[in-house]
Amino acid sequence: MDIDSILKKYKPGRREDLIPLLQEIQEGQGHLSEEAIVKVGSFIGLSTTKIYGLATFYDQFRFVPSGKVLIKVCHGTSCFLNGSQAVINKIKEETGLIPGQTGRDGIFSYDIVTCMGGCNNGPVIRVNGEYHPFVKPDQLPELIRKLRYIIEND
Amino acid sequence: MEDLRRFLTEKVLLFESDTLPAETEKVLQQIRREKTNNAVIFISSGTASMIAGSEKTLSAVNTYIADNEPNTQIVMVGCTGPVNYEPFVCIQLPGKNKLYFRNITEEKVEPLLNGVFHSDINKDDLVGQHGGKGFEFWQGIPFIDELPYFAHQKRVVLNNCGCYDPENIEEYIARGGYRAYTKAIRHYTYEEVCNIIEQSGLRGRSGGGYPTGIKWKQALNAGSSSRYLVCNAKESDPGAFTDRVMLESDPHRLIEGIAIAAYAIGASDAIVFFRRGSDHARERLIKAIRSARDFGLIGHNILSSGYNLDIVVRIEPGAFVCGEETALLSTLEGKRGMPKLKPPYPTTNGLFGKPTVINNVETLMNVPLIMQNGPEWFHTLGTEKSPGTKVFAIAGKGRLSGVVEVEMGTAVKTVLEDIADGIKEGKELKAIQLGGASGSFLTAGDLELAVDYDIMNEKGIGMGAGGFIIIDESTCMVDLVRYYMEFMHSESCGKCIPCREGTGRMLEILGNVIKKPLNEDSGTTLERFKGVMQLETIASVMKDTSLCGLGQTAPNPFLSALKNFREEFEEHIFDRKCRANVCRGLRTFSIDVDQCTGCTACASKCPVNAIYGTRLQPFFIVEEKCIGCGICFDICKFNAIKVK
Repeated sequence: MDIDSILKKYKPGRREDLIPLLQEIQEGQGHLSEEAIVKVGSFIGLSTTKIYGLATFYDQFRFVPSGKVLIKVCHGTSCFLNGSQAVINKIKEETGLIPGQTGRDGIFSYDIVTCMGGCNNGPVIRVNGEYHPFVKPDQLPELIRKLRYIIEND
Repeated sequence: MEDLRRFLTEKVLLFESDTLPAETEKVLQQIRREKTNNAVIFISSGTASMIAGSEKTLSAVNTYIADNEPNTQIVMVGCTGPVNYEPFVCIQLPGKNKLYFRNITEEKVEPLLNGVFHSDINKDDLVGQHGGKGFEFWQGIPFIDELPYFAHQKRVVLNNCGCYDPENIEEYIARGGYRAYTKAIRHYTYEEVCNIIEQSGLRGRSGGGYPTGIKWKQALNAGSSSRYLVCNAKESDPGAFTDRVMLESDPHRLIEGIAIAAYAIGASDAIVFFRRGSDHARERLIKAIRSARDFGLIGHNILSSGYNLDIVVRIEPGAFVCGEETALLSTLEGKRGMPKLKPPYPTTNGLFGKPTVINNVETLMNVPLIMQNGPEWFHTLGTEKSPGTKVFAIAGKGRLSGVVEVEMGTAVKTVLEDIADGIKEGKELKAIQLGGASGSFLTAGDLELAVDYDIMNEKGIGMGAGGFIIIDESTCMVDLVRYYMEFMHSESCGKCIPCREGTGRMLEILGNVIKKPLNEDSGTTLERFKGVMQLETIASVMKDTSLCGLGQTAPNPFLSALKNFREEFEEHIFDRKCRANVCRGLRTFSIDVDQCTGCTACASKCPVNAIYGTRLQPFFIVEEKCIGCGICFDICKFNAIKVK
């Protein structure tokens, strides 16, 4: 959905709509572009610096498009006790990314989240919405290679 | 559909007496699927079940049903509680007790259903049977209420979880739902509802234990034209998932609780502040709100009572600090989620300056039950000062984990040993952590303590919102404290200096404690000691001077770990040893000359080339170079690498 049609659903000038508005734009477009922030600014009646300042405060908003494969690693206490730190290190090693980054080739994005709810099946990772329970660090190179292969040959 | 709605509204919700006539009850039984001529299969469909593969189970059941027993009903229910048993499947044959089966993955579906439909039940995956009056019981199969996991629980708030289709409002009404709400808005004044809750002694379940009725009255008595009710469903402690399970399994009770609470304070706007990431729970809640609106239970002039209510769901944009009341309100106003100084409290000066009540999910889930059964009933549960029950999310190293509900006053030991069935793999208990990233640790000596706000507070332990994490001896406490501090540091909002700088400095010092000194001469040792001496001071300054609860409680895990596990910290600092062998920086490895065959496997994999030797001769490790990564330990086939 484009920005203008999202804006049409809201009333202009209401500050309390700012966060839901940004959330909806991000859901539709995958990230917050400069254009989006400028448009939202004139719609709400707030300077773009303020909006950028607000958006960077929260973890949810990203300003670059996310990769084709989004890997989320659970780093809740239960997964931590079952060794999620090793999983995080391995993903870092394999993709060359730090959490929150997207690779230059646009294939992988990688995020750390706190608790997905699979506390008994930890460590859990989620790749494009699909859960992988009981992940062992040595399974990851193969998984990442496979995902990369699928994307590159698609 | 329209007929059923009219029937439920007129004959059930608006029915004046508490006991319904027999013929209405008969229809309700059918809606509750108690009197059916066909088999019913209940499949759990919460997030935990999905992680365990319940979607595949569902499609396998569908295939089987289409081929063999086409009249069977399939119902998607929420999680019942035990996470280990997912995908949890329950089968009810006409007129017989329900049978519960655990871990029914895709490939187990066909043999299981073949067995059940041909009276040859596989006992391996069977958990037990459950039923009520008028059902025929199964010979030789235990009742699930008698299993230790369920027997020691008192399921009141969770009693609907896993029993009905959460997307079906008719079924919730047939189970007695929304009647307390309609009764409240038609027969009670705002004040009377507040009084009932105050008499019941319900205390906020988010950790502080503030009496809910008093909070509501403060907002009701604050003079204003409009008021707000906010349901704080932003459960973001790592390892806590009680709210999510309740929302997934029983969203309508929460809506009913919100509606009663909003009525009690005279608010016509309610907001659910929802955690990001629980997509499944969010969809369910939004669907439930929509169906309640279609039913006329939310909206304008509800059931001709003249009361208006609107419920909006807002998704938190991702900041731990937003769980704090004033920060939450700032976020809802479209600002940075930073806390403000209290007082004024939100009950008099909250959202947009209006009186606002903020309650958490579990508190609101209790409200319909109290309205339905009366405040005296609530006092029969729990202890005198803390009546009712408490829901915990057990996670970590217990044999069973999941969402459980116990009466207030139950010993922690019961939860650990009877419900969670002790520790996995015969290990020893090290600690139990209550209250998430800002909570404290209980040790083996504290197991007799009762779950009760006052008893816990006396001991300086915050009960928290429901995290119950079991930690065994394979966990290093210093590493765990560092993990919590890392979390707090990244979530500190940065408004006040004690929290912003304090968490960073504490993280740095704890990092030094578990880091290997590469060179003893470079002053790292001195720095470490200097830091360690300051840790306690920093912690106490943060506790005293931080602006909000996040900063004040951030040093809690450290202080409580230091109190209970001081010798472990000292070992790390002085002996440079980690007894759980977790801290990589402190591990040193050596090669046993008798075991080593000289296969070169370790030397070729060592990332820092710290292993030397000649082929087919024993190798050796140069300690100064070793970074303690443990790759050699994992790769050696001859057990020649020893950890020191």
